[in-house]
Amino acid sequence: MTAATDLTLAGARAALARREISAVELTRAHLEAIEALNPRLNAFITVTPEQALAQAEAADAALARGEAKPLTGLPLAIKDLFCTAGTRTTAASRILGDFVPPYESTVTSQLLRDGAVFLGKANLDEFAMGSSNTSSAFGAVENPWKRQGEEGTVLVPGGSSGGSAAAVAARLALGATATDTGGSIRQPAAFCGVAGIKPTYGRCSRFGIIAYASSLDQAGPVARTVEDCAILLNSMAGFDPRDSTSADLPVPDFAAACERGVKGLRIGIPREYRLDGLPAEIAALWEQGMAWLKAEGATLVEISLPHTKYALPTYYIVAPAEASSNLARYDGVRFGLRENGEDLKDLYERTRAAGFGEEVKRRILIGTYVLSAGYYDAYYVKAQQVRALIRQDFDHAWEQVDAILAPTTPSAAFGRDEKQDDPVAMYLNDVFTVTANLAGIPGLSVPAGQDAKGLPLGLQILGRRFDEETVFAVGRAIERNAGFSALPALRAAA
Amino acid sequence: MSLDTATVRRVASLARLRVEEDDLPRLEAELNGILGWIEQLQAVDTTGVEPVAGGGAEALRMREDRVTDGGVQEEVLANAPDRAGAFFAVPKVVE
Amino acid sequence: MSYTIEGATGAWEVVIGLEVHAQVTSEAKLFSGAATEFGAEPNTQVSFIDAGFPGMLPVINRECVAQAVRTGLGLKAQVNLWSRFDRKNYFYADLPQGYQISQYQFPVIGQGEIQIELPDGSTKMIGITRLHLEQDAGKSLHDQHPNKSYIDLNRSGVALMEIVSEPDMRSPEEAGAYLTKLRQILRYLGTCDGNMEQGSLRADVNVSVRKPGEGFRTRCEVKNVNSIRFVMQAVEAEARRQIEVWEAGEEVVQETRLFDTTRGETRSMRSKEDAHDYRYFPDPDLPPLVLQQDWVDQVKAGLPELPDERRARYVGEYGLTPYDAHVLTLEKETAAFYETVAAGRDPKMAANWVTGDFFAGLNRTGHSIGDSPVSAENLGGLLDLIKDGTLSGKLAKEVLEAMFETGKPPAAIVEERGLKQVTDTGAIEAMIDEVMAKNADKVAEYRSGKDKLFGFFVGQTMKAMQGKGNPALVNEILKRKLA
Repeated sequence: MTAATDLTLAGARAALARREISAVELTRAHLEAIEALNPRLNAFITVTPEQALAQAEAADAALARGEAKPLTGLPLAIKDLFCTAGTRTTAASRILGDFVPPYESTVTSQLLRDGAVFLGKANLDEFAMGSSNTSSAFGAVENPWKRQGEEGTVLVPGGSSGGSAAAVAARLALGATATDTGGSIRQPAAFCGVAGIKPTYGRCSRFGIIAYASSLDQAGPVARTVEDCAILLNSMAGFDPRDSTSADLPVPDFAAACERGVKGLRIGIPREYRLDGLPAEIAALWEQGMAWLKAEGATLVEISLPHTKYALPTYYIVAPAEASSNLARYDGVRFGLRENGEDLKDLYERTRAAGFGEEVKRRILIGTYVLSAGYYDAYYVKAQQVRALIRQDFDHAWEQVDAILAPTTPSAAFGRDEKQDDPVAMYLNDVFTVTANLAGIPGLSVPAGQDAKGLPLGLQILGRRFDEETVFAVGRAIERNAGFSALPALRAAA
Repeated sequence: MSLDTATVRRVASLARLRVEEDDLPRLEAELNGILGWIEQLQAVDTTGVEPVAGGGAEALRMREDRVTDGGVQEEVLANAPDRAGAFFAVPKVVE
Repeated sequence: MSYTIEGATGAWEVVIGLEVHAQVTSEAKLFSGAATEFGAEPNTQVSFIDAGFPGMLPVINRECVAQAVRTGLGLKAQVNLWSRFDRKNYFYADLPQGYQISQYQFPVIGQGEIQIELPDGSTKMIGITRLHLEQDAGKSLHDQHPNKSYIDLNRSGVALMEIVSEPDMRSPEEAGAYLTKLRQILRYLGTCDGNMEQGSLRADVNVSVRKPGEGFRTRCEVKNVNSIRFVMQAVEAEARRQIEVWEAGEEVVQETRLFDTTRGETRSMRSKEDAHDYRYFPDPDLPPLVLQQDWVDQVKAGLPELPDERRARYVGEYGLTPYDAHVLTLEKETAAFYETVAAGRDPKMAANWVTGDFFAGLNRTGHSIGDSPVSAENLGGLLDLIKDGTLSGKLAKEVLEAMFETGKPPAAIVEERGLKQVTDTGAIEAMIDEVMAKNADKVAEYRSGKDKLFGFFVGQTMKAMQGKGNPALVNEILKRKLA
């Protein structure tokens, strides 16, 4: 029999239903894997074994009564950006100190409603700001994958949901929650050889998720298969009256949509994504993806998204601007860290200087500057106008195509010591992912191949607003054709 | 547009981030690097383009005027670094 | 004729604009479900949203929007069907989110106007620039500890309307009249209780001075003035200060000041170098506020009558003097009281009684109209007893006094004290016969032409009847018998 930690989420659900394994056994196997590997991977900031086992016991009782819910007994990692009642929530920042939320985020409360088991809180870039998960106040996360022949080189898992992706890749959890503001689900999923979807803005409630950039933040799942992502998203998504930006729409059966096939679909290939200097193996994988879809009956259509090259600079105005305001509440008065000062202003300045890391400070400063008097129109308004043009690009594309196929990232996972000196070079990681956030559309990353050194590479499927179903259908077709079966060097039961 | 040291200092003060004088040159260079890169947006013709304001919905949903929250004094105060009875406490503010 | 202040260099005009913060009357806060009631235990009416906790999001209260729209309609202002919430970013101990959600660029209400009434009976139109919704901050207490300030967030997130006037006022009286009228309109509409002591209504007063005929000079803002009297005092104090500055050859610096009510002076607030860089931007947590015209029409249809309309109706329909109409409409409660008294009765008589003996009674007994021992129904009942002849005017005044003392209805007092007017002609005739018999000499004098004695007979008869004889009947019978 497959090791419990090697099961997919859907597989584990079936095994639980058939009583081949108990929820306690399944949870214990994952807790043991965490105990063995987390000291090295640092994928979890907080592990909650007692809570997990108690939830697993309750799940077994429910299974025994025949009262299984969609996620009963399935152990998950929760990105430490989701507030969890009674469990310390850090956003991977020192500034939150030992903050224990007295409330549960809507997304996690829906997972609990559906019977999930929470193993603990997954590491991330501080306040979800980063693409390498090196900015966490609780230490960097290690990618469980190794370049062939360079087993000593530590690679980054991507970010900001690096802990979520690394935990799922290394078999420390069946799935994980994550958030994506500029690529924070899809980029780490690609770097860690797992699947991850950022749904349409408004699909998952933001209530109880620590805000980075409110108009871009969106929660979604990371899991080892497209179907597992669909199952998790079905529980995470849905209208929430406590979030004014939550969409009051029914949640379709995403898992069912995975098997729709792509016959007759028109797939857009954006001309502007053929970047100069895009590694040949990524370009080749992209071509491969096109061929797979064509072979399954889809039509390929070359499209133009003319403002693509402006997406990243737009993002690096809008996101820091919102962040500078969203992070003003961390002031040492009502919760979190406090550094005393001579007066209130001094207290604020010392607390925030001690509590925030370098990248967060950088973004707060950029955001403060672009909103300040005299610069607001030149930067912020300009960026929101370009954002409107980026949305228009996609609106025009949807007149011609049903989904768009693109690479997820311009490279495979890089070394922890690479690209760290130049913030702009680091920002370029999100070049293919950030447009979806600016346009509010769904994007799914699927592991589709490996580079020459054996590192996973992802392909990304973008879709119309609230049409995750087509995105899942195309993603599943890619997954089926890719037959990605490579395994990371560091993993449970290995 | 590029930042000088005085502007970095002013922005840090607006953002309530203490920056040591020694760190200012490094920060100034980093911020100018980012802003220089962002500058390419100025090349886009946005004449007559309505800026995007939020991420999603077209219109605000309104809730009913009912008391459904509050009455959680202890939980509101429980995480406070300094509290005085039922109050949060901060260094004295002179108006 | 216009108001000026005489300085060393001649006369100065004063230019005043007001920004009034009016707490919206609602059960719950603008963006959270916490209660708004005044005077609760510290930090009990606070949700995690109001306390700016991580991951908390605002959801708007429909009633607060409706109240803003009602107020806008009451100010004859334009209702903007599309408006938006922005964040005003600044750090302060009682501002938990680090920003205030407000409407900076696109307010829900645009231009309107208010007609003010001045003490000399003249009126003037004051322009309203805009009205917008925003969150109130919490409260800092600076006097509880030698080196700490204490923070209570009960008020944090309560809905405020900021109502901005044009700089159309030219004297302390006009500023006072404006605030009086605005408060009256808000109270009529029920959109703000107007309670200035509790801080439900606070004014920021913008003052500048100029030589007649000049354009505007630099203004200063006097923050958070919490009574109409203080607004008037603050205007004068600040205007005099500015005149001194200009006349000393210096420049008035645009700044925020506080009014020290004990010294009667304004002083500079501890200046903050960043005070004016609020970095406004649209709140990404809140889509635009889009109103449907039919909803606005519904709100409009439900508006109560406003003071100006009501006053006009009292003059036109009831024939009251403009003065009585003004007095009776000043407070919504007074007008409601008056209308109950006047219903189905002579409106002028009702007005005389309400503004006369009833107001005097309230004053004497230290009551307000809200807790008056005499209900409008009972005062109406008293008027009915006068009309049907049960009570004379004089007796009615006595009965009203007793009503103030006991709170009882007039009929009960008449019954208890036997104050009922005698209208039985037989009884009156008998009493007159007795009086005439006792005063046969006077009767003879009268009959011989001393007409003035008629009053003596009336007096004697009424005295004998303990004042209860119907005066008209007494007169009539006396005339007949003495003839």
